Amino acid sequence: MNLKNQISRKADLLFNIIFLIIAALCIYPILLIIGISFTDEDSILMFGYHVIPKVFSTYAYEYVVRNSGDILMAYGVTVITTAAGTVAGTLSVAMYAYAISRSGFKYRKLFTFIMFFTMLFNGGMVSWYMICSQVLHLQNTIWALILPMLTSAWNVMIMRTFFTTTIPEAVIESAKLDGASELKIFLRIVIPLTVPGIATIALFNTLSYWNDWWNALMLTTKPELSNLQYYLYKVINTMNISSSSSVGVLAQNSMTHETMPKESARMAICMLAIGPIILAYPFFQKYFVKGLTVGAVKG
Amino acid sequence: MSIFGKTVRKNKEAGFVRHGFLKDINKNKEFFLLLLPGLLCIFCFNYLPMGGLVIAFKRLNYADGVLGSPWVGLSNFKLLFRSPDLLLVTRNTILYNLVFIAFGATIPVALAIMMSQLRSKKMGRVYNSVMFFPYFLSWVVVSYVVYTLLQYDYGVFNRMLLPFFGKSPVNWYNEPKYWPFFLVFLNLWKSMGYSCVMYYAAIMGIDEELFEAAAIDGAGKFRQVMTITVPSITPIIIMLAILNIGKIFHSDFGLFFQTTMDSGALLPVTNVVDTFIFRSMRNSGDMGISSAASFFQSVVGFVLVLTANRIVKRIDESSALM
Repeated sequence: MNLKNQISRKADLLFNIIFLIIAALCIYPILLIIGISFTDEDSILMFGYHVIPKVFSTYAYEYVVRNSGDILMAYGVTVITTAAGTVAGTLSVAMYAYAISRSGFKYRKLFTFIMFFTMLFNGGMVSWYMICSQVLHLQNTIWALILPMLTSAWNVMIMRTFFTTTIPEAVIESAKLDGASELKIFLRIVIPLTVPGIATIALFNTLSYWNDWWNALMLTTKPELSNLQYYLYKVINTMNISSSSSVGVLAQNSMTHETMPKESARMAICMLAIGPIILAYPFFQKYFVKGLTVGAVKG
Repeated sequence: MSIFGKTVRKNKEAGFVRHGFLKDINKNKEFFLLLLPGLLCIFCFNYLPMGGLVIAFKRLNYADGVLGSPWVGLSNFKLLFRSPDLLLVTRNTILYNLVFIAFGATIPVALAIMMSQLRSKKMGRVYNSVMFFPYFLSWVVVSYVVYTLLQYDYGVFNRMLLPFFGKSPVNWYNEPKYWPFFLVFLNLWKSMGYSCVMYYAAIMGIDEELFEAAAIDGAGKFRQVMTITVPSITPIIIMLAILNIGKIFHSDFGLFFQTTMDSGALLPVTNVVDTFIFRSMRNSGDMGISSAASFFQSVVGFVLVLTANRIVKRIDESSALM
């Protein structure tokens, strides 16, 4: 009998091999993009894309940095919208979730339903677009990239679960007896007690703002309002997918007459866009798993 | 008697001064203040568009706006149902979703079970982290990944994979027949880590003593998995599958639009409801067909979600959305 109640060594080896293959499939494409971005352009034209550069070169990055006007602007838009969206979004989600988590609030059920209903029913793409552009006049404003994603019903529900499971009712009651107002309780007691939950929601928000291209695609046409993802989208859509004779956004923008390393430069831009995510990944991943497992427990 | 009379009078006075709901607002004003930002947001971006669904029954012109445009009855829907694409788009959406649901209910589950059985828990965590990675990439970035594989001149498939098998290069972005496989794979690739984490958490929640007792009774690992692990996570699998069936008319726009590079040649196998709505909105100035399709998607989607939720509730109260 197997005392430790474990699978056999053979099975363990097989599982490990399967997971190694899957892990490789998940990582390989990113290594490929990194590899291409560091490959000499002529070497790409000769040998195609490889993870390990045949001829190493940082020329693509030098080129991108030298002609970085648009990219810097896109970076700026993404950083501003991500920062604003994360702070304002997390705050509005936490405030709403706190109110509907309090048993002393008479209309708790009604407002929970009002939020929840948006998860069941929506007006659809066309109606959303018409409201945003014709009624709210968000088109070609920076608000188009911030406001539509500010309050997600899903996050509110997760946050509510956080509040109901981590804050003992007695704590709030005793604060009330001491004469603290609801706002004061929320700011002074509830927020400090639920920092991990709030951090998780903040990370959810950061990721969705950083990765957003949808709002830019739907609601902006001005180049100066392109965020990073939308800029990437525009760059790749000038790439020629079947043969190699196109003039890209970058080439048009370059004032200089230096040759543009088309293939590697695009991958370098892509790397600049996902770089922060890769760097923050260990941190992100830890909190995400926490958030997911807590969100699965319904309050 | 006199006490009774007093209460009545008191209530009347109060009702005169401040009416029920208004009084409550005043009493709960701090709560309403907390709700306000979130309420404003969902009012603007969720409830207004719900009202905006009426544009499906209007001939929209920008001069008159959403409210002022003339009513046209069902003529937008007549246009939609005469459109040759409708059948194809509906078929694609439903078929892809069915395949996604089938794979989503099996592969991540199997992987989560395997992960829970690994001798080294540390390796399990490492694999989990790596598999979660694609989830953090946007579809735009994934389209770069796909491009590096499929590009005609330098792509990995044409440069390395096909020559290895002695085949000549393929113009991938013009060949619809390969794309159903690509799309199913990409969807799995991007969402696998996420679902794996969920199932893994559920498996870790199973009481360890059950396994020990089974081991003492002489059950091998495989037997333990089949009689303990699988039955205890089956409810979650079924619930998620049913809830996904409720969303069967919705599709991931990024997957079908970005990774295919909006390639026209691929439309027969890549056009789904959301991309169809987007394209008819973008390409033809008039909103007729797209608003009708969008209306259809919202309303049918709503009915399906409610039905799915009702079924889930009947099976297991706690797994239902509400």
